[in-house]
Amino acid sequence: MSYNEMIESGEVRAPYAMLSDWVASMPAEMRQMKQAEAEALFRRIGITFAVYGEGGDPDRLIPFDMIPRVFQQSEWRKMERGIKQRARALNAFLRDVYGRAEIIRAGRIPARLVFQNEAYEKAVVGFVPPRGVYSHIVGIDIVRTGRDEFFVLEDNCRTPSGVSYMLENREIMMRMFPGLFRNNRIEPVDQYPELLRRTLASVAPAKCEGTPTIVILTPGHYNSAYYEHSFLANLMGVELVEGSDLFVDGGFVYMRTTQGPKRVDVIYRRIDDPYLDPLCFRKDSMLGVPGLMDVYRSGGVSIASAPGAGVADDKAIYTYVPEMIRFYLGEEPLLQNVQTWTLWKDDDYKYVMENLKDLVVKEVHGSGGYGMLIGPKATREEIARFAELIKANPGNYIAQPTLALSTSPTFVDEGIAPRHVDLRPFCLCGDRVELVPGGLTRVALREGSLVVNSSQGGGVKDTWVLTE
Amino acid sequence: MKLKIIHETSYSYDTPVEALVQSLRLTPSVHEGQRVSEWRISVSGGQRGAAFRDGAGDWIEGWTVRGPVEEVTVQIEGLIETRDTAGVLRGHRESVSPIVYLRSTPATKADAGLKELAASVQGEDALDIAHRLSAAVSKAIAYTPGATESVTSAAEALELGQGVCQDHAHALIACARERGLPARYVSGYLHTSVGGKPHDAAHAWAEIHVGSLGWVGFDAANACCPDERYVRLGSGYDAQDAAPVRGMAFGISIESLDVRVHVEEIQQ
Repeated sequence: MSYNEMIESGEVRAPYAMLSDWVASMPAEMRQMKQAEAEALFRRIGITFAVYGEGGDPDRLIPFDMIPRVFQQSEWRKMERGIKQRARALNAFLRDVYGRAEIIRAGRIPARLVFQNEAYEKAVVGFVPPRGVYSHIVGIDIVRTGRDEFFVLEDNCRTPSGVSYMLENREIMMRMFPGLFRNNRIEPVDQYPELLRRTLASVAPAKCEGTPTIVILTPGHYNSAYYEHSFLANLMGVELVEGSDLFVDGGFVYMRTTQGPKRVDVIYRRIDDPYLDPLCFRKDSMLGVPGLMDVYRSGGVSIASAPGAGVADDKAIYTYVPEMIRFYLGEEPLLQNVQTWTLWKDDDYKYVMENLKDLVVKEVHGSGGYGMLIGPKATREEIARFAELIKANPGNYIAQPTLALSTSPTFVDEGIAPRHVDLRPFCLCGDRVELVPGGLTRVALREGSLVVNSSQGGGVKDTWVLTE
Repeated sequence: MKLKIIHETSYSYDTPVEALVQSLRLTPSVHEGQRVSEWRISVSGGQRGAAFRDGAGDWIEGWTVRGPVEEVTVQIEGLIETRDTAGVLRGHRESVSPIVYLRSTPATKADAGLKELAASVQGEDALDIAHRLSAAVSKAIAYTPGATESVTSAAEALELGQGVCQDHAHALIACARERGLPARYVSGYLHTSVGGKPHDAAHAWAEIHVGSLGWVGFDAANACCPDERYVRLGSGYDAQDAAPVRGMAFGISIESLDVRVHVEEIQQ
């Protein structure tokens, strides 16, 4: 049985009390009208992109469910501490593996997993970015399985997207149901863009003179998250640029403006490492800025997230995050990892192959709910086919138990029904580590489905954290 | 050996370009086998920007030229003293873990032919295997200028049985990695007046990491290990990654390139 976040032992839980009445008192016609209104609002705003790595039609509208997901203050505080702890450990790990690699010398993480990882960038070894921060926006995907049971499903240290949904979901709820926000005391999230701007400014290079100039570097309008790039640039009051808008001159990066070249201090990039600079990485990339990496490595500009940050967030490294927390912080992890079997270990391999029907198997570098096997939902043929893939390359897979994700009440055709949810909060790391109370809640709209990815029938909800 | 090096690269454009950006790995490495007495990099009309030593120990300089410009010359002039360390790279400060160099790239990916070549060699230890792999690559690829291009992969060169130093290095790297030995591409200069086969003074070879000795150079093109005739500039996964010059010009123009490398022994 999944944990129902609204109803426990037949009683409506305190954080949902008001909401439960509100939902119950809404006539069906009203609900349909409001749903149509919400969709029209989303269309008008133009928020129609897929969440990072999920692929799919970039112009598709992700379904929005009007019933918010609610956390009590105490629940959130606990999660918040765990998220910050994890973000600190991930950054400490990155600082370490591009430096002395103490954690590997200590035998706590196998060298192979780090140094042979595709995301490990030789080009930045030995270079320490400002404040030693590599991942400035850490998206940590969390699922809940019980009242006090929260698990981290994965970490996103590169450029996690979805934060514009968090902000828009709230905006739309406030516009449509102002009464709800008068009657409930809900923590705001709209300070996020300002916190992000401050975080980015705090990692400006030492050579920066005066107020740092920040830009968002996008691959362009055909990218599925372009909307989010322009949305954040707007709210932060910074320029949205493409590679061709920037150029290197001497030891600095400049942007072309109508008033002439303007020096850039911090680049919040939403393009992947291999495309950043054709003089350092992929020679054929037209998206990046030639010479950028030389300027970066000599301290002339900051890049967020730092090139090479991806080595901290693949599914093989994930299994060692609790170890990182103990090693770097000397603390016990506050948020648990999902039990994970790594198929390159003989014992794990044996166990997984014998229990495929009960497990979820994922590719180490996969994302977006593709390339995975959900044992309990798969046919015998599908399992047999997947077993062959695993046999061919065990190192490419990990397995986890099927988690009973918690449910949150959701509008469906028949009325209201519990649907499985997850949560992606966005932790900001600069001169301090902070996050806004909330995040992006994704909901699996199909009955019984555990896959919340928008490419596989997932939707989104506003996420509330109640004040005391 | 005291060597004088002059390395001139001229770029000319049929229509002027707006700007030029370059990343230069053109300064000799710091290690026991070589000591720089004088070294000067100049780029005509250029401005030196970033300059730093990277984690692999290479000195990198970023240069930019503001246009419009029709011709740019990159000139290196230097004096260096070298000595034979039997190919062993000693006293070279670097912080990249050797196993990072187990990664293959499109140019150094082992196909069936390279795997077979790699497996054909028996050896007592890593060093022995490395020597034998280098000999096997020398034999399998005949030094033939003009047979391959800069984009030719190790697999293609082996298939062809012909190539130049870049192909020998790529093939040796592929074989070594196949045998679990970290390997990398080294670019540099070679003084060639002492007999032997004809070569450009701009040269490339491979380094293989063997446990006890660390990085050891192997020049399969000349069937030897680097000695006092060799000047080491920098390294990478393959030729592209270790390129002494990586650059880009902004503008729509046809570029023509003229390279002159001169390595001469200076008598005391």
